[in-house]
Amino acid sequence: MSEFILQILNGLDKGSAYALIALGLTLIFGTLGVVNFAHGALFMIGAFCSVTLSRILSASYETVDPTQKDFLGNPLKVKSTYMESWLGPDIGGAIIDWSVPLAILFSIPIMIAVGIAMERGLIKHFYKRPHADQILVTFGLAIILQEIIRGFYGANPIQTPAPEALSSVAQLGGALGLEIVYPAWRMVYFFFALATIGGVFAFLQFTTFGMVVRAGMADRETVGLMGINIDRRFTIMFAIAAVVAGWAGVMYAPINAPNYHMGMDFLVLSFVVVVVGGMGSLPGAVAAGFLLGILESFASWERFKVFDGLDQIIIYLVAIIILLTRPRGLMGKKGVMED
Amino acid sequence: MLGLNKKDFNLLMVVVGLSLFAPFILNIFPKDSAMAFFNGGYPDLMQRFAIFGIFAIGFNILFGLTGYLSFGHAAFLGVGSYAAVWMFKLLGYNVVPGLILSVIVAGLLSVVIGYVSLRRSGIYFSILTLAFAQMMYSIAYSDLFGRWLGITLTNGETGLQVYSNDPQILLGENSPIVPHIFGLEMNARLTLPIGPWEFVFPVGYYFSALFLVLAFYLSIRIFRSPFGLMLRAVKSNNQRMTYTGLNPRPYTLAAFIISGMYAGLAGGLLASMDPLAGAERMYWTESGAVVIMTILGGVGTLIGPVLGAGTIKYMENIISKMNEKLLHEWFGFLPDSLEYSIVWVASWFTGEGWHMTQGVVFMLVIIFLPGGLVEGGQRLAARFGAKSNDTGKTAQPAE
Repeated sequence: MSEFILQILNGLDKGSAYALIALGLTLIFGTLGVVNFAHGALFMIGAFCSVTLSRILSASYETVDPTQKDFLGNPLKVKSTYMESWLGPDIGGAIIDWSVPLAILFSIPIMIAVGIAMERGLIKHFYKRPHADQILVTFGLAIILQEIIRGFYGANPIQTPAPEALSSVAQLGGALGLEIVYPAWRMVYFFFALATIGGVFAFLQFTTFGMVVRAGMADRETVGLMGINIDRRFTIMFAIAAVVAGWAGVMYAPINAPNYHMGMDFLVLSFVVVVVGGMGSLPGAVAAGFLLGILESFASWERFKVFDGLDQIIIYLVAIIILLTRPRGLMGKKGVMED
Repeated sequence: MLGLNKKDFNLLMVVVGLSLFAPFILNIFPKDSAMAFFNGGYPDLMQRFAIFGIFAIGFNILFGLTGYLSFGHAAFLGVGSYAAVWMFKLLGYNVVPGLILSVIVAGLLSVVIGYVSLRRSGIYFSILTLAFAQMMYSIAYSDLFGRWLGITLTNGETGLQVYSNDPQILLGENSPIVPHIFGLEMNARLTLPIGPWEFVFPVGYYFSALFLVLAFYLSIRIFRSPFGLMLRAVKSNNQRMTYTGLNPRPYTLAAFIISGMYAGLAGGLLASMDPLAGAERMYWTESGAVVIMTILGGVGTLIGPVLGAGTIKYMENIISKMNEKLLHEWFGFLPDSLEYSIVWVASWFTGEGWHMTQGVVFMLVIIFLPGGLVEGGQRLAARFGAKSNDTGKTAQPAE
């Protein structure tokens, strides 16, 4: 039983990442009707926001400490960070330690700026072009963004640790009498993803802005005829989708050391998730994200093992089966991207 | 001639001429001159021109005529390579069985993938082919089928290669131990020094170029056939075609299989030049690369894919060879501060930054020149008042 729950938990962190990226993809698709191949790059940029902030915060200078000697007998050079010397070792140290959660705030302006620049600068000009062109131009953009990041940060993965307090393992299931050991940060990631998804849905459901956007998704022209500037709202939705993808990346940095092609790796799977969930359906994207994440984790479970390495292809297999039996995906709506 | 009208025959002759004289055209600069850096006439690169030309021509038969954008064509290329290397391992280094098997295997795979993927169109088709190709990549990368059957099938991360203890039942006493065609080694070459120039004529290149010309001829015939007309009908109005009483699916499936076999042939040729096959050839960005080649040259045109493949491969080789030291040499005549800033900017786009250049060129083409180089040439021709030799085939990439 505890093993079973552990498999579900194992699937949750990847599932959360899939769900967050797929949510953003669906938002963009539902509002602007654009298939964004550069969405994985947004996820990657988010992860590198974590890296950047932790580098900024731990910027350090060297001083020579005459009281200590290194093994050659020379005075020892001590590295100390600006944070600690300005704010004292307690607060400064804590800030450095908590750089990944702080990067959530740090990433907001960056992701909004990137998102708006992308939409206004490029994608706006592709609304009327065929979907193939949209796919291709965003694919080109993804390559460029990826290369820019590689130029600045190099090709190797960069370890970005979670805060000390959250990088231990958590003992779960004590109340049920089960022994489940699970990394605390993954739990944090899951709940963070849930909160973000809940926030996006609440925003769409309970605010006037969200209502207008939903109306625009259903019938853009009519909303425009009512004198509402729907384009501007859709641009803002693009920025929100970019922030959601960015946050998914920010918080994912401690789980998987960010490298420049992580976006491409996640993108394909997120597309599969969107298609399985049903193109244009927000709940479908989220549900399919978690579902496929958990499925992947179960496929790698020793006890279930049909054959080696099933976990690497199970998502594709499921996607192919679903697309053939339920062409609209799990929760797809009629009339959305029928052909 | 050859069942072609005069214009098409001339186009074919252009391709034949380009392939025949490529060693001269690409080695335009004398060997020791400063510009020799831009020479592309070495065997490895010329082979890639021909092979990726075949790959792009095949892709264009699907994307250019039917408008179905496949994002998974690298799977066929990879499978073709694996099939050819297996033939080398089992039979010997003669490339003929390898090429035959690679085309057959890629064809069979494309029947399966095409049958399933073509049940959807538009973006769904792209994602389905992408999913299939990534699945094939995962299978090859971790050698799933091999582990399942208890043998080494793709040799996973290391890649498949020929070892000396492989059966190679047709390997005779005096057979060469490199890929060859009935004794003529693929990496053999003839070097012809004329004055300061040095021209290289590699066997492997001419072998691939022969296939390129055949592939090009076949693609002209397909473009001009009633079958090709049906494929265009699929692209321009699928629904109306159905109403006319024609079922579009067999035609699209046939186009998919043909382009898959082209890709398999290209994969087999890649393995014939260098008897290795690895999973990285099947990664989805490789499928993206063939899309880039086709679009850069001109989708739906005959000569476009060949031009696009040549341009991309030439740029890839030349640009990724440029390093900072070389750039400093080139811009050394400038004042230091200017030199350093130019080199700093250029280093983003050269050497390891080649992918950046590729991305930028690709985006510029999509945004400003959706018809690719062919359309660019026509626009130039139109501007300078030359009579356009366009036959009205510059199709927009369709959904």
